[in-house]
Amino acid sequence: MSQQLVERLQREFGDRILAATGMHGDESVTVSRQDLPLVLAHLRDQEGCEQLSDIVGVDHPERAARFEVVYLLRSYSKRHRIQVSVDAPEDEPVPTACGLYRSANWHEREVYDLFGIPFSGHPDLRRILCHHQFEGHALRKDYPIEQGQECTRPENLFSDEDIAHAARRANEMSSSPGAVVDELHPSDLLTINLGPSHPATHGALRAECLLDGETILDARTEIGYIHRCFEKEAEDHTWAQVMPYTDRLNYCSAMLNNSIYAMAVEKMFGVEATPRAQAIRVIVSELSRIIDHLVCVCTNLVDLGALTNYWYLYNVRESIYQSLEKLCGSRLTTNYARIGGMSHDLYDGFEDEIRVKLQELEQGVTDVTKLVARNRIFLDRTVGVGAISTADALNWGYTGPCLRATGLAWDLRKEAPYSGYDQYEFDIPTGTNGDTQDRIMVRMAEMVQSRRIIEQVLQKIPGGPVDLDDPRMVLPPKAQVYGSIEGVMNQFKLIFEGIQVPAGRGYGFGEGANGELGFYCISDGTGHPYRMKVRPPCFPIFSSFTSLVQGRMLPDAIATLGSLNIIAGELDR
Amino acid sequence: MAVDLEQPSNFITTRLRQAVNWGRKYSLWPLPFGVACCAIEFMSTVSSYNDISRFGAELVRFSPRQSDLMIIAGTISYKQAPVLKTIYAQMAEPKWVIAMGVCASSGGFYNNYSTLQGADHVIPVDMYVAGCPPTPENLLHSLVLIQEQVEKEGLVPSTVRHPDRVGA
Repeated sequence: MSQQLVERLQREFGDRILAATGMHGDESVTVSRQDLPLVLAHLRDQEGCEQLSDIVGVDHPERAARFEVVYLLRSYSKRHRIQVSVDAPEDEPVPTACGLYRSANWHEREVYDLFGIPFSGHPDLRRILCHHQFEGHALRKDYPIEQGQECTRPENLFSDEDIAHAARRANEMSSSPGAVVDELHPSDLLTINLGPSHPATHGALRAECLLDGETILDARTEIGYIHRCFEKEAEDHTWAQVMPYTDRLNYCSAMLNNSIYAMAVEKMFGVEATPRAQAIRVIVSELSRIIDHLVCVCTNLVDLGALTNYWYLYNVRESIYQSLEKLCGSRLTTNYARIGGMSHDLYDGFEDEIRVKLQELEQGVTDVTKLVARNRIFLDRTVGVGAISTADALNWGYTGPCLRATGLAWDLRKEAPYSGYDQYEFDIPTGTNGDTQDRIMVRMAEMVQSRRIIEQVLQKIPGGPVDLDDPRMVLPPKAQVYGSIEGVMNQFKLIFEGIQVPAGRGYGFGEGANGELGFYCISDGTGHPYRMKVRPPCFPIFSSFTSLVQGRMLPDAIATLGSLNIIAGELDR
Repeated sequence: MAVDLEQPSNFITTRLRQAVNWGRKYSLWPLPFGVACCAIEFMSTVSSYNDISRFGAELVRFSPRQSDLMIIAGTISYKQAPVLKTIYAQMAEPKWVIAMGVCASSGGFYNNYSTLQGADHVIPVDMYVAGCPPTPENLLHSLVLIQEQVEKEGLVPSTVRHPDRVGA
């Protein structure tokens, strides 16, 4: 379908489409910087590309036009996706896409921060991941990875001028003819800093709220407090060594990150994991989704004052953790998948153990549903709070449970099935209003669906090997390493030079716990990724936070923030 | 502490320092400076299965002014460092710090432009816990070790502890 889209674009724009490539099913067109707004607008309005999923910067120091910017677009109504790339010589601005897609705002700031590519017409082009005293651009190839820069003071998000402006605006809004309203003075306003170390942020992110009483006039967010340079680290490591770093993206569901990363690299080779490995990936991914949702729901409820649910749900989580620890030696950061297979097979008795745990889960979910579903306080705090429409959500770049809460039944496990998800029966739970209650309830319902999927897989796990029989990516068995020269050489090459991923690029993606998790990989044929861009589901979602809470009360902001499930490790990478 | 068994009475004799430290030791109020993966394991430590309240430290306070044990759970970036420093300064003496996990202890496997190579570059740390992330048992062990340390300390807090380890 995406191929026909490229043909239509070529008919429409003729020579202005400078190049069109299709690799591993990712169609891509190249246009000039001047034509970019035109092409993006055409794609959005005529071709139904409602969402700008991500913007990827790439540095090619040897080229005349040093940088490249790739826009990843997806259509939900027409079910296709396309990439648009432009060349950008150093210091020459690329026109902004903020007027077309609201998600472009933060994505462009990130590209500006890490590569120094300016975007003309951007409303707020500041650094986003690195701190405000940082000099240089970290993801440029000539920036040394270990060169840290100290930060001596945090940034103030609201200046006195901003506060005075907010007061003026509030006065203008409230002044209706004949009404007697007390004039608001800047000193009446209060700024409250939520984070970066705050119980309700569940991680290192910061939102500063400007309050009139308890009403939020304006809120500004700042991220990057736990920017751990995943993308730079990936360039510094071999493809296999990146795996443990993926654990720490969304640390609540490490198995999901492992599996999707492995899938993305396998896509570059044009291979698929063995049926048994795929089944194992589905089981551990769905277990991860369950524990991720458990953390989100229970901490959200704690924020609303319902502490009991935390005790109930965390017991289930603890119990699943114990199985995961048994399976791969670690509770949280599992490092279980491998490119071309898994680290090792399941242990004996895994299936029966998981069945018991799933019953415990059912009990936990039932208990909590009983406690909250018709609870007056819960409903008062969540219904209509932080609501967003489907169209807005798509424009902001929402995916996953937060998008489904708005009523759109979109799940990549159904839309672009991978790892054999098409063999299993499950429903896509949706909400109606896209508010906090819907987001919590969608997550609760998804846990039940995940249980359904796991039970189906457990009934028919295929036998056979876990790893592919492919010496390009899978380590040889120990008997061969000790018994034959080929085995020794193969092991040596894979360990020291790394897996030689064929040159090219590919975008591997899957349904993460928070939404579409994608890895945009570029390989130059050496053992290291040339560029690795993560498409983190939280990033665009959190960029919409200000618009969700403006004009609401401060406690609503807390309830909203919890339901969005912003995981800082994934947000900042 | 001593109880006179030969002449039963309703008082016991002890040293003031010991009595105070006995109280401090079993009523540590932790401030979780939770930033990353380790914070999730901290939550597991607090939950009912591992139950940190067995050690008298279940009163988790997010206000630095109400807590005396900071648990740095996660990677400290350069951007985060001034915040960490401020929050530590806001805690009242006496106070102790646990660096939970390798990131807080030494930067872990993040040796890069954004990650501070150990929280002790900014504030003094009393206990380093290995693991990525450490298991709840591991964290509880460090809590017990902190309790042993508290028992031995003097009454008056020294103004700067570990002056040699404090960075600029």
